[in-house]
Amino acid sequence: MIDFEFEPQVASQLKMYHAVAKQMMRPISREYDEREHEKPWQFYEAMWAAGRTLGPGTEPAKSTDAAKAATGTAKLRNLYTCLSTEELCWGDAGLFLSIPNPGLGGAAVAAAGTAEQKERFLKRFREGKPKWGAMAITEPGCGSDSAAVTTTATRDGDHWVINGTKIFCTAGQMSAEQSEGFVVVWATVDRSAGRAGIKPFVVEHHTPGMTVARVEQKLGIRASDTAMLIFDNCRVPADCLLGSAEVKPTGGFKDVMATFDATRPIVAAMAIGVGRAALDFVRDFLRDHQVPIRYGISPRRLTAVERDFMEMEVQLKAARLLTWRAAWMLDVGLRNSLEASMAKAKAGKAVTLITQKAVEILGPLGYSRKLLVEKWMRDAKINDIFEGTQQINLMIIARRIFDYSSKELN
Amino acid sequence: MVSFDLSEEQMMIRETVGVFARDEVRPAARIADESGAIPPALIAKSWELGLVRGAIPEQFGGYGDARSAVTGAIVAEELAFGDLSIAIHMLAPRLAAYPLIEFGTDEQRARLLKNFARDEFTAGSAALMEPRFDFDAADLATRAERAGAGYVLNGTKCYVPLGAESEWILVYAACGSEAGGAGVGGFIVPRGAPGLVVAEREQNMGLKGLATYEVTLENCRLGAEARIGGEGGLNFTRIVAQTRVAAAAMATGVARAAYEYARAYAKERKAFGVPIATKQAIAFMLAEMAIEVDAMRLLTWEAAAWLDKGEDALKESYQARNYAAQAALVVTDNAVQTLGGHGYIREHPVELFLRNARGFAVLEGLATV
Repeated sequence: MIDFEFEPQVASQLKMYHAVAKQMMRPISREYDEREHEKPWQFYEAMWAAGRTLGPGTEPAKSTDAAKAATGTAKLRNLYTCLSTEELCWGDAGLFLSIPNPGLGGAAVAAAGTAEQKERFLKRFREGKPKWGAMAITEPGCGSDSAAVTTTATRDGDHWVINGTKIFCTAGQMSAEQSEGFVVVWATVDRSAGRAGIKPFVVEHHTPGMTVARVEQKLGIRASDTAMLIFDNCRVPADCLLGSAEVKPTGGFKDVMATFDATRPIVAAMAIGVGRAALDFVRDFLRDHQVPIRYGISPRRLTAVERDFMEMEVQLKAARLLTWRAAWMLDVGLRNSLEASMAKAKAGKAVTLITQKAVEILGPLGYSRKLLVEKWMRDAKINDIFEGTQQINLMIIARRIFDYSSKELN
Repeated sequence: MVSFDLSEEQMMIRETVGVFARDEVRPAARIADESGAIPPALIAKSWELGLVRGAIPEQFGGYGDARSAVTGAIVAEELAFGDLSIAIHMLAPRLAAYPLIEFGTDEQRARLLKNFARDEFTAGSAALMEPRFDFDAADLATRAERAGAGYVLNGTKCYVPLGAESEWILVYAACGSEAGGAGVGGFIVPRGAPGLVVAEREQNMGLKGLATYEVTLENCRLGAEARIGGEGGLNFTRIVAQTRVAAAAMATGVARAAYEYARAYAKERKAFGVPIATKQAIAFMLAEMAIEVDAMRLLTWEAAAWLDKGEDALKESYQARNYAAQAALVVTDNAVQTLGGHGYIREHPVELFLRNARGFAVLEGLATV
């Protein structure tokens, strides 16, 4: 039955996440936007202790979890991850992204690793000091066309030797140098094989040959480190290759693409959290300044501000419903590639516009760094770019609705 | 618990009505638009589906189906996917019957509901809109004043679907001093009531297959039994929310019709030696249309689901309707654009979808769930 109501226990859990966002993230939000590359260790320790290993790609449920979902043990896990993500990103999207957790690297391990590898690489996130996991795909010469990676992995005895440069690696510095984490690096074992030759390798923290060459300075989400990693004859044991080394058309790269089905709704939920922060602020602000938002009256009697606000609010809701649907589908074992891209494309665009509008509605106050509204506008924009740009997601949607291959529509 | 699952019954209804809309309603859409008339056999067939009679309680000759706004939205979307004019015509009797089912007194239900449990289509209608640019359902100019034991109605209504064909019209009028929806009553005004004038059929940009009328009430005297729900009246706010959900669902249906037509065309039509769908300019436009159609539907379902839980869903239904009205216009316009010059020619239905879609921003109260 179509239903949009939360069970009481979910509602109360969300209140808890909201309290974390409000009391632990908002107070340091501006500080770690201004002090880019500095780290709120106290916040990390607290989040680690709380065991909230939430973040994009934290052990996404795959369709194989459908059986578990049916028995209720993994009930709506992806959907609830989206809900908590929205709450935490309402607090601060940059801080959210920097919370110690397995991250996208963990997602790759969960999607492509063997049972032994999952235990070996993910166990650390349940014990000891705060740790991070990261994923390195993008290179200076390839972004959206991630099948074009040039980083190589060459077999040498019982090791793989990795050479190449990776950029835009979220939490790359924290994973490689600042904790006992790891980076999942995508490299080709056979360049002539195209995407079939691209394999994921887990590179442990502080592995010789892996260096953090640069930490980017960004428009927003500044609390999250975005690293350039250079691999120079970086040797990793053979059993760090996730899945099979065999070059075949299935598996490997396809597995990482499948993780997008789980992570895109989460990124959409991140966007929605930022958008809601801006929307809530504008709503309170207008109320405090006796500007009414009158629902139900003739659209021809609305003021420009009312129209703008209502548009922001409904766009956010539309994005949220698309996001919930995409996550819910995964939870009940339905293929959701189309719907995940729809949610991501809608949320990325909607929240970009919502936060820009929020700055405009607040006038000179909106542009000032005294308020967080301008920061939310800067933070929001990344959601229309990472985990597949707006255009890449439209491409995926278009291929699906026309039933075209990537060769037919590109 | 959050769920996007339709019930088995809802899936069956969607399938049945969807096939009917695709195979029988759509082929009649152009003829209805050009001639202003809907084939009676088609209307009769829709009646057999029980779209109106279904919700009438068994004691009054109906099928006693549980009424659900979500199910209503599904039916409205599917029928409107076929054709908007025909969909509104087929569902118009709900405008009169549903408020009676929900808010009528026992006497009113017994007296009036059996009309809609006949074996052949029975027209029914409600008069909500008024001819002013800033029409506001919460601020009706049509008034019902008490006169003795009964009421006197004065005012002008427009876009009353099947107004001339219906044995009686449910007229919404402000009564009493309460502002907003609380002060609005629904009155059963029979054809031929003194002071009731149903004008010539309206001529509009779209919805040309649907007969709508301006209706004037000039010192129209009614007995106390004419007021739905008696002294207690009805929950007007809820009725308005229900009509908005229906409008949002129908807008979704029209948008989906345009989107699917344009999608098929784009795969077929070649330019520069390849299907135009392989060009990003077209492909991305269609991708955005696909997103919007789904967004419209989800907003509609959300408002409907809250209504089914007994909430008034005033804000949700307002959001869904306004969003859908805007998105339907964009999607149908883009469908015309996808077909280019051919989209402007009446051989293809996309120009019809565009004309019909424009109405959603303007019209209220033409359908309910």
